[in-house]
Amino acid sequence: MKLIPDLIKKITDNEIWKSVFRHGYTDTPRNRALQIISNIWLHLHPAKVREHGTKIRFTWCMGGMTFFIFLFETITGILLMFYYVPDVNRAYADIVDLMYVVPFGRFLRNSHRWGAHAMVITVSVHMFRVFLTGSYKPPRQFNWVVGVILLVLTFLLSFTGYLLPWDQLGYWAITVGTNMARATPFLGHEGPFSYILGMKPDNDVRFALLGGTSIDAPALLRAYVWHCIAIPVIASALMMVHFWRVRKDGGISGPL
Amino acid sequence: MEVRLEKKGIIEFKDDKVFTWPTLVAKEFLAAIFVTVGLLFYSYFVDAPLRELSNPGQAENPAKAPWYFLGLQEALVYFDPWYAGVVLPSIIILGLILIPYLDNNPKGNGYYTFRERKFAVTTFVFGYIFWYVLIYIGTALRGPFWAFFWPWEKWTHDFPTPPPLHDLPLPLGIVLMGGFYFAGLTLPALVKRDFFMKLGVIRYSLTMGLLLTMIGTVIKMVFRLAFNVKYIIATPWINI
Ligand code: HEM
Repeated sequence: MKLIPDLIKKITDNEIWKSVFRHGYTDTPRNRALQIISNIWLHLHPAKVREHGTKIRFTWCMGGMTFFIFLFETITGILLMFYYVPDVNRAYADIVDLMYVVPFGRFLRNSHRWGAHAMVITVSVHMFRVFLTGSYKPPRQFNWVVGVILLVLTFLLSFTGYLLPWDQLGYWAITVGTNMARATPFLGHEGPFSYILGMKPDNDVRFALLGGTSIDAPALLRAYVWHCIAIPVIASALMMVHFWRVRKDGGISGPL
Repeated sequence: MEVRLEKKGIIEFKDDKVFTWPTLVAKEFLAAIFVTVGLLFYSYFVDAPLRELSNPGQAENPAKAPWYFLGLQEALVYFDPWYAGVVLPSIIILGLILIPYLDNNPKGNGYYTFRERKFAVTTFVFGYIFWYVLIYIGTALRGPFWAFFWPWEKWTHDFPTPPPLHDLPLPLGIVLMGGFYFAGLTLPALVKRDFFMKLGVIRYSLTMGLLLTMIGTVIKMVFRLAFNVKYIIATPWINI
């Protein structure tokens, strides 16, 4: 049977194939390296890494999983955006439609929701691992700082999404959360020393967050824009910095 | 990288580097598949919560923030909102950011060890666990009106009225709190001189300041639970 090798040769040994895939798959060190460095996505990695850094018992794979769940949330989130309109008269009905009418809508919403919870968990565990391996020590101090900001952004991402279904659960959760802003020292109208700056319900930080004195249409729109555009863009930018720095700081930390 | 002189006299380079493809990439793909399958599997069987249409006139009871903020909401029992909701989380974030600059112990960089960094690991693990303990209490053990219920108790609306709370007299409060920070800052510096010397004044003060604030937060909770103290320091402008 020379059919299959012949066929493979026919498919791969021509200009079109070679214009897409630059190298063969014969298992040589050269091809292993090329596999990484000639692929735009994989070349996030160096061609070779220190062995302990590939061990699950070292990284627990938690940073990678956080990133993967972020991608997962991006895809399911985009799909949800096809069905959801951040308008107080529609939002809740759109979610109910997703749950009962849209094909696979329930599945889609569920996976986006549980993914969000999973990401909060994996990012905290990632931080825990980085602490336990002392990986924030020189030269990686700054990447830890970037990480802390990513942690906060992950919380905020999840928090802003909580309001979008416009149901009792989200509404009162965001009420509790944003009421805290009222108590900000100096900047919230019920906070200590707020009289110095003349804070009132309609000019304090909470007002700035909600776009009003209560949670209404402007708050929903703000939550939506932060959730779907602003925070993901900022978080993506910081993740680029984060991954870049992992490599520039000498790859995954390890005993010297 | 380690250079070894082998028997034959040939110099051989030995390093612990492996090819990313397939060693690491294969694991990443596997992890991605596990995560995807896990999430989809869970999503198939468990529905995301959805309650009735929001109604500003009818508060949920209990109204709870998302679970990852319930530690802070639980702290509201013991502190005013300016502390529990704003200052405490800000201190936590600031403290986390400062960690790499405060911990100047060169040991334990890039591997697991408790012995070489007892203080750092103990402090961090304590704070981490404490955060989740509060989340657990806030999520599972708090019912209507934020009343406390054990896991085996049913949430009801008629629970015993909590005992009345009282404030400490202002001078006592100031002495207690001032004394706490003063003793906490000076005693370790005197008793563990090398700890102090290694850190230097600035790192030492910041480290201990943060640590004392964490411990102080716990102590205030104990005061409240054991002695029904509402405020350690009560003034017309600010209460702690
Ligand atoms: C959206 C959030 C985050 C993503 C996607 C992310 C992703 C990653 C990835 C993929 C790595 C490579 C090693 C590994 O997987 O463990 C890494 C390393 C690292 N991360 Fe994160 N991370 C995030 C948040 C954080 C947080 C919250 C911290 C700390 C507060 C942090 C600090 C670090 C540090 C210091 C390293 C270098 C570790 C080493 O060299 O061993 N990151 N991160």
